[in-house]
Amino acid sequence: MGKVLMKGNEAIGEAAIRAGCLNYFAYPITPQSEVAEYLARRLPEAGGVFLQGESEVAVSYMIFGAAASGERVFTTSSSPGISLMSEGISYITAAQCPAVFVNIMRGGPGLGGILPSQADYMQSVKGGGHGDYKLLVMAPASVQEAVEMMMGAFSLAEKYRNPVMILGDGLIGQMMEPVEFPEHLKAKPSNKDEWATNGMETRKRNQRNLVKTLYLDPEELNSHNLMLKAKYDQMEKEDVRYEAYNVEGDYHVLIVSYGTMSRVCRTAIDNLKDQGVEVGMIRPQTLFPFPRTAIFDAAGKQSCRAVLCVEMSMGQMVEDVERSVLGRRPVHWYGKCGGEIPTPEEVMEEVKKLKS
Amino acid sequence: MGKTFQKPEALADTITHYCPGCTHGVAHRLVAEVIDELDIRGRTVGVAPVGCAVLMYNYFTFDFQEAAHGRAPAVATGIKRVRPDLVVFTYQGDGDLASIGMSEIVHAANRGEKFTVIFINNAVYGMTGGQMAPTTMPDQRTTTSPFGRKPAETGMPIKMSEMLAALQTPAYITRQTLLNPKYINKAKKAIKKAFTYQLEKTCFSFVELVSTCPTNWGMTPLDAINWAKEKMLPYFSLGVFKTPEEDESAANSSSAKK
Repeated sequence: MGKVLMKGNEAIGEAAIRAGCLNYFAYPITPQSEVAEYLARRLPEAGGVFLQGESEVAVSYMIFGAAASGERVFTTSSSPGISLMSEGISYITAAQCPAVFVNIMRGGPGLGGILPSQADYMQSVKGGGHGDYKLLVMAPASVQEAVEMMMGAFSLAEKYRNPVMILGDGLIGQMMEPVEFPEHLKAKPSNKDEWATNGMETRKRNQRNLVKTLYLDPEELNSHNLMLKAKYDQMEKEDVRYEAYNVEGDYHVLIVSYGTMSRVCRTAIDNLKDQGVEVGMIRPQTLFPFPRTAIFDAAGKQSCRAVLCVEMSMGQMVEDVERSVLGRRPVHWYGKCGGEIPTPEEVMEEVKKLKS
Repeated sequence: MGKTFQKPEALADTITHYCPGCTHGVAHRLVAEVIDELDIRGRTVGVAPVGCAVLMYNYFTFDFQEAAHGRAPAVATGIKRVRPDLVVFTYQGDGDLASIGMSEIVHAANRGEKFTVIFINNAVYGMTGGQMAPTTMPDQRTTTSPFGRKPAETGMPIKMSEMLAALQTPAYITRQTLLNPKYINKAKKAIKKAFTYQLEKTCFSFVELVSTCPTNWGMTPLDAINWAKEKMLPYFSLGVFKTPEEDESAANSSSAKK
């Protein structure tokens, strides 16, 4: 199949189906309602399950129920909706069920706005709900990348028996780009019979499965948390993804930026090159696990004077960049988070301030 | 003559954590007997609540999932929608179902989700130590209504069965009790009927069981039974509030009028 022109939100829905996930529960919220609208037509046709829940809270538990029964399942929402789902996400993570959550971020806090934002970095990367848990968080910078991350997310969720979050800003959901759905990203059969509550008689061994999150014994709970931590450590070893841009030669400033914002930075870097200013960029594709080593190495380059973190939030990623750079270079921040995307010119101006 | 009375296969050989005189044990046994009689243990998934029955999965021998407080109907919806061949039931208390989980139960019932709900109404929060529930009776003392529940401040006890029966979607909704052997037999029949409706993919099914909580009511088990008979049964009247057959005949008669 060749390329088709699709809106990000619709492409994300289609990508899940192509990956082999036919179950979707959701609650409408701008700017991602098109996913539900697309799937309300498309899933019945594909023989899948579409259900509009009564709230994001309920949806997160529908996802929990479906995931615990061993079926692939996903939902999509936007910032305030993800806040409501955070309770369920904590349980799903504790119960070690695979599921995929998509957050097409809008501006906050509170109702905020409906324009693109990256202000849910902390919520997504550091937890969001209660307790010690992490999500594997991927941040696409194009509709094609959103498709590929979405398709790959199910295998990753099943590898770790942990929810995966696709974190896109509003622009990723709203813009149209040509996409294709790579066949090789189709998810492999899952190992659900070992853990899913899918009915004893559907499994070979006649022993019941239990999906739970309550551990009243302190030692048992501690071991449970250590086991969860081991999975997050494994993610840091095996599934860090990033893209390096213009880092071959000498550069004076290193930009760290992700999602739509990184595309603006790329244009700024190209324009600066024409003016004789070299700037490198590390674009995290996974926000957790974070590409700490790549940023440490890139910031340590002898020509590099400073690191600039550019994001559509009030600097939520800065502390991760700082703990990657480890004091080797000063880390600065530039960004906006009212819904406006900083222009290449604005980024260029910030870079020039650091260069002088 | 062989054994005439034995432990249901669906019930585990575990000593429960329930207090003496608590009716959870009876309710558990009824559910287990029905699962055995319908021979559905291999494809049943129970959804445990938050409350006294949070550990109920330790007492049964089939698949179980533990929900968050009040969210069991949403969890059951997720399971049943993606695996309609499974038999799914939630087992919830009054704090779980009628307070924090009100939205989930109403919408699951209204969508006509094909699972079964066992609702234990003992007019109090048990696990957290006897606080006021939405079903607490007027003037009933609890740790958070130490001078008795004042309806002027906190409203009247919510009649869940009547409320759910008011929804227009076909359903089986009944209130039973576990206060004496005759009632227990009737409750079992209702539970069996509820599971049968699910097996036949007919409708949402809901069995409320008026129960006791001697510990948090501060009574002996016998006094608790008498108190429930005297105070709860006149308000929480027993009976069948809705059946899918009635809905069908209502729909037919209204269309006949046209």
